[in-house]
Amino acid sequence: MSSSKALFRMDPGSGLFFNKSAETLMKVNAITAVVFLLIGGILATLVTATRMPTLHTLPTAQFYQALTAHGIDMLIIFIIFFEMAVLYFASTALLRVRIAAPRWGWVQYILMLVGAVMTNYAILQGNSSVMMTSYVPMPAEPLFYLGLILFAVGALIGCFIFFGTLVIAKEERTYEGSVPLIVYGATVAAIIAVFTIASGAIILIPTFLWSVGLVSHIDPLMYRVIWWALGHSSQQINVAAHITIWYMVAGLLFGAKPMSEKVSRTAFLLYILFLQLASAHHILVDPGVSSTWKVFNTSYAMYLAVLASMIHGLTVPGSIEVAQRMKGLNNGLFTWLQKAPWGNPVFSSMFISLIGFGFIGGISGVVMGVEQINLIIHNTIYVPGHFHATVVLGTTMAFMSATYFLLPTLFGREIFMFKLAKLQPYLFGLGMAGFSVFMMGAGTMGVARRHWDMAFTGAPYAFEYPAIAYTLMGLTGIFAAMAIIGGALFCVIAVGTLLFGKKVDSKVGFMGFRGADSYTTDRPPLLERAPADTVSHKDIGIGGFVAPGTFIMALVFLATFVLYYFVNWKYLSSVWGLS
Amino acid sequence: MSTILPPSDVIWWKVPVDRSEGLWVGIALLWCLFMFAMMPIWHIYGNQNLSNEAYRTHPEVFQDKVNAMVDAHTVRKETQWNVPVVKPPVGSDVYMLGKKWQWYPALELKKGESYRLHLSSMDWQHGFSVQPININAQILPGYESVMTITPNQAGEFTIICNEYCGVGHHFMTSKIYVTE
Repeated sequence: MSSSKALFRMDPGSGLFFNKSAETLMKVNAITAVVFLLIGGILATLVTATRMPTLHTLPTAQFYQALTAHGIDMLIIFIIFFEMAVLYFASTALLRVRIAAPRWGWVQYILMLVGAVMTNYAILQGNSSVMMTSYVPMPAEPLFYLGLILFAVGALIGCFIFFGTLVIAKEERTYEGSVPLIVYGATVAAIIAVFTIASGAIILIPTFLWSVGLVSHIDPLMYRVIWWALGHSSQQINVAAHITIWYMVAGLLFGAKPMSEKVSRTAFLLYILFLQLASAHHILVDPGVSSTWKVFNTSYAMYLAVLASMIHGLTVPGSIEVAQRMKGLNNGLFTWLQKAPWGNPVFSSMFISLIGFGFIGGISGVVMGVEQINLIIHNTIYVPGHFHATVVLGTTMAFMSATYFLLPTLFGREIFMFKLAKLQPYLFGLGMAGFSVFMMGAGTMGVARRHWDMAFTGAPYAFEYPAIAYTLMGLTGIFAAMAIIGGALFCVIAVGTLLFGKKVDSKVGFMGFRGADSYTTDRPPLLERAPADTVSHKDIGIGGFVAPGTFIMALVFLATFVLYYFVNWKYLSSVWGLS
Repeated sequence: MSTILPPSDVIWWKVPVDRSEGLWVGIALLWCLFMFAMMPIWHIYGNQNLSNEAYRTHPEVFQDKVNAMVDAHTVRKETQWNVPVVKPPVGSDVYMLGKKWQWYPALELKKGESYRLHLSSMDWQHGFSVQPININAQILPGYESVMTITPNQAGEFTIICNEYCGVGHHFMTSKIYVTE
């Protein structure tokens, strides 16, 4: 398609320009993501109901089957489909440019869909209950690996379409100066995605060949090191993507500017440089890898990627604080926050994501990633407690926030049952936060992850966990139920909006798709630099701090972090001597 | 709406950083460097560090070592599975294997004494997890890891498996008895 024929429409509410081909791709990827979120959510219900000691719903084999599918459908399929929509949005709608190679966009979509269905089919057959990690030499059916490979190839195509679109935007001069911070953040996510998918290919292709008998042996340690360069790095794509969404919401709702472009962009750059080392987090108590390797890699080379997240944790709310103070909410420490739109699900989802990711997911992740402390945490249910706080409370809630924004702008439908939509983030956020914290507590009591029976029925030696571990697992189940209701509500609101939401204009069709009559061939106007501030930084804040409230919140965060860090060292120092 | 617009300053990388942000970056960096230093420091002064000692092995070779120890030092047999309880000499090399779906054998150790514990898997990956003290290590087939353990309290400890290894995963239990 040449640039002269590219079709665009302007969304009057947000002022964004949507390219027709890109818009359709964003919609199909986002809708497919929500379908897999729904499937993953149903599986989550079965998994948590089984792990709740009083219910213990599923039989053994079905439990492991459901858990395998839950991990794949949520952590890989839902999230990456949504990220494809985010990449197409961030490149085309924000830079006012046509998408590169729209037909390849359909190849991306179809490969990912076929791969997703194939892997799910393999799991459904029953001989591929190998968990998301599929550690060799435990075998899965060849289709299990092949599906994941096809899915990854599709995602890789999506990343290259994104890069190609950036090139076209630059070539056709659709924007002035440097790309917006959001586009920069999305680029970081895409670069990490390329690394991730390459690692996945390096390990999954030989494993597929092993499953069909063409390769005789896959070394289990090699598998773990390289698989986690896929498994952990794919969570780093999520981090880059959801932090990008935080900045986007700050810009869209508050007109916020990054406190400093330099600091925020450098922090994103640190992710590219160091996040990939995190494969080591999973190898800390493995034989055959030296402590030097473990210490350097698990700390992302001196915690420089943790530094980056701590910076974003300050600059995102800080940029909102500065914007609010410039609008006149300059009194006291927290007036800017009190007056934030807590009834708007775009904001509440984003803010819960920020706090939950930092306080629960972030702190626990760093602590369990300490080489020695991992000895008392590895493979306990603490681990899923941690990553539900990062990937669900952090990433998924950020994606929910983005969805509440995209429903009217991209799909052209006003949110259906808005009163419930106001409540949904709080219900889901509180449920997920409680779920994560109680699972972490149970892990501290030694309860194993990926385990059907914490009572060890039929084992040669009986073992009984302390009563508190059972209480914590019961509480985990109760909060999971709350999160599941919140998640179901999200699916109902999203699908309900597409089907029944009030149309923003008469050209919106079924499920929010649009015909050619919504678009023109007029080229969108140049995306200009942000206007300069009308209020000086010197006129806001307290004592030379432009964002004193955020700074105090950051200090509270640091105090929590330091305290929790040393509590774990203290606990470690009480266990048997190991050397 | 500047996070979604190009930066307003042409030379944005020369705009000075605000105090709230600059100070936080400094504090966060110091904390990061401190956390990094803690790991090597614990290797020097701490008592809980996983050794780097590991060898490549084969299931049959490792099984023979386990059998030799069981033959020499079994003191009794327990449970309906007749699990041998081995009481090895203080300071000796002690072997334990994980397989679908059993830890083998059980051990009786002395409090305050050190033992060189060798671990390996006969088939798939397993998770060596000592409860209720909650010490955990990954066990891989083809790798023999060696760690020196010094139990610091007497009592009965249960070994469970916390790496998913199939439908019999929850059957994998054994014991470490620590006597005064």
